[in-house]
Amino acid sequence: MNTVIFRTFAPFLAALMVLFSIFILLRGHNDPGGGFIGGLLAASAFAIYGISNGVPAVRRALFVHPMSLAGFGLLIAGLAGVPSVFADVPFLTGLWVYPEIGGVELALSTPLVFDIGVYFVVVGTITSIALALEERHVD
Amino acid sequence: MAASSSEKIDLTGIMVPADLSPSDFLIVTPVVIPIIFGALLVMLRSKPNWQSPVAITGLILAMLGSFGLLQQVIANGPITMTMGRWLPPFGISFTADLMGALFAFTGLFVALSGLFYSRFASTTLERRYGFYPFYMLMMAGVSGAFLTGDIFNLYVWFEVLLISSFGMIVLGSDRVQMDGTMKYAFLNLIATTMFLAATGYLYGMLGTLNMADIYAKLRSTDLQGPAYTLALMYLLAFGMKAAAFPLNFWLPASYHTPRIVVSAVFAGLLTKVGVYALLRTTVMLFGEQRDALATGIAWIAGLTMLVGVFGALAQTDIRRIFGYLVISGIGTMMAGIAVATQTGIAGTVIYAVHSMIVMTALYLTVGAIGRLCGSTDIREAGGVYAMSPMLAVAFLVLALSVSGLPPTSGFWSKFVLVKATLEIGAWWLAALIMISGLLTSIAVFRIWIFAFWRGGPEGTRDGAEAWTRVNLESGYRLNAGLAIGLLMFASFAIGLAPENLLSISADAARGLLHPTAYTDSVFGGLPQ
Amino acid sequence: MEVYLAILIGCFFTVSIYLLMSKYVIRMLLGVGILGNAVNLLIFTAGRITREVPPIIPEELQIPAELTANPLPQALVLTAIVISFSFFAFLLVLGFRSYQDLKTDDTETMRFAEPVDSPKPPLGY
Repeated sequence: MNTVIFRTFAPFLAALMVLFSIFILLRGHNDPGGGFIGGLLAASAFAIYGISNGVPAVRRALFVHPMSLAGFGLLIAGLAGVPSVFADVPFLTGLWVYPEIGGVELALSTPLVFDIGVYFVVVGTITSIALALEERHVD
Repeated sequence: MAASSSEKIDLTGIMVPADLSPSDFLIVTPVVIPIIFGALLVMLRSKPNWQSPVAITGLILAMLGSFGLLQQVIANGPITMTMGRWLPPFGISFTADLMGALFAFTGLFVALSGLFYSRFASTTLERRYGFYPFYMLMMAGVSGAFLTGDIFNLYVWFEVLLISSFGMIVLGSDRVQMDGTMKYAFLNLIATTMFLAATGYLYGMLGTLNMADIYAKLRSTDLQGPAYTLALMYLLAFGMKAAAFPLNFWLPASYHTPRIVVSAVFAGLLTKVGVYALLRTTVMLFGEQRDALATGIAWIAGLTMLVGVFGALAQTDIRRIFGYLVISGIGTMMAGIAVATQTGIAGTVIYAVHSMIVMTALYLTVGAIGRLCGSTDIREAGGVYAMSPMLAVAFLVLALSVSGLPPTSGFWSKFVLVKATLEIGAWWLAALIMISGLLTSIAVFRIWIFAFWRGGPEGTRDGAEAWTRVNLESGYRLNAGLAIGLLMFASFAIGLAPENLLSISADAARGLLHPTAYTDSVFGGLPQ
Repeated sequence: MEVYLAILIGCFFTVSIYLLMSKYVIRMLLGVGILGNAVNLLIFTAGRITREVPPIIPEELQIPAELTANPLPQALVLTAIVISFSFFAFLLVLGFRSYQDLKTDDTETMRFAEPVDSPKPPLGY
């Protein structure tokens, strides 16, 4: 696995995969995709980066511990239900806003926030498992 | 839905009409607040000193929420909120009836006391490995199980509390714990898989998962044999979760292995979730089938009581004695389910509340005994009365309570159950409850005599205080004292003034046996 | 179709219960894995098998035009798969760690929490 080609190529591949995972996450409401599968894609991107450049490089690139990412995801998924308190509708009801940015109508919603939470939970847990396994591989 | 704002879709046929007041959101607080604070604690994993204050804040808020919910339910009857505004039975409903709200409040109160105890007792390493996040997520699972009105959602909450409990029971991972976790994990996983299989059958037969809808459909369709199969499968699955005989062997094999706080909240809460699920399914949903199985359930109840209490008499480790007493208590609660008159169910409800409080408190006192004596074995412990009179008083009250003697909560819960069994003429079940109470008192007062009265470990002359005095750190004394004191005071208060709890549990039992208020709160006010 | 699936589910349950009754942890693990799959298949079959009609409502309609496949069992199975997979992973790691620590995967010799020769309680006071 330690070839020059792989090591040169892997960072670009990982970057592309993370980008694509965000695309998959955002199209998830009406098309195949969503937070879970997007999160898996991003986690495999970090795993690939870990295989090529070592686990410390991934941890540096992530800034925070992967489990903290998972906690953040759980937090915003839980908070995604809270706006419904102010709208007088049952918990976790999908609420939509349609702001117009530069002439394009943008559909933003609480299900999207929830899905982003799912994305982070999956990224965090799977990445921390993958990194732990890769670290063990050394010894 | 993601269509642009210009095209409006008519939603009246598929969505709950929106007229909620802020107080309706109390029903989600016992679940959502622990999840949010658990998530915060995961994020704060590198700050061990923040963990405990944040967790305590979260549980206090959740407990206040559940107290408000209980007040609401007492005043206005069951409350339902269907998640995401989808019409029940398609949306997932949360329905708090009196029993669910009462259990959720008691559970959070008990868990809060456990947190006070762990403030000083948990090590930095345990905090780093996620003790507090697991604790919060487990409480979210417990509250969710008590409040959900959807049987598949009940399965999900069971799994939430189970996976968090796995994380907690193995925390520390020494050899004894590995062994205990092995048995705990396998048997609980099989029990929940049985539950899932039963739910799959139920869905195949009735095409619904909402409990209020299941209740209605079971009575409108003619399902003779299959309904009995389902009732039996639920009895098996939840009997295993609750550690009823003959499926009780995982409990004494595992509950004495983890950290003492973990043992305490497990003994207090997790088996009671099994009892709750038994009440919800066999009594409320499958009432007719339960009547046919009543004799069998009574046998299970009696044997569970006896096996538990004889097991307790045969042990020397105090933690293992209490593990068996938990089982004996489950048998006593099953006696109420076997009787299933209004008094019987009320007895089970009040006993469950009593058992949550007292079993947790007893395990916490074991932690203190272990710290004072360096051992939790009754042959090696001794002199606690001389070292800590306050602990001795607390233990005495709790021992009276677990044996079912006045003036404590244990007396009233056993009183109601014995009354219920005598009302239907099951004198032998009443006798078994009394006998198990007597044997329980022998088991716990033996601990009192050896660990508290005797001056030191086995072989010490009477009255000689040969034991080296251990002075506990003031932080531990304060926090453990607060935790045990709160629980002991709760048991004592219920014993002195039981009227409130007796009337609440009688209403809860009525609501469970005639759940029209429950189903109305789910389907009432909807366009039919 | 349902009949064949029911027979298959029966086979799954048989195999998993046989494996779960073994005293070796590794076999019990396999049994747990198969048990989870048996239950998933059971839920799937309980939701009735309808072929080749995806549960998608055309844009101009409010309700589906014809009888479609039931999407709910698939959601339930998806949840159950995720849960049973994570439990299986936990048990696998636990089994491996306890094999390392306890030096055995035979449940008969796993008596660390409940020693065989545990002492009798004091009989007198």
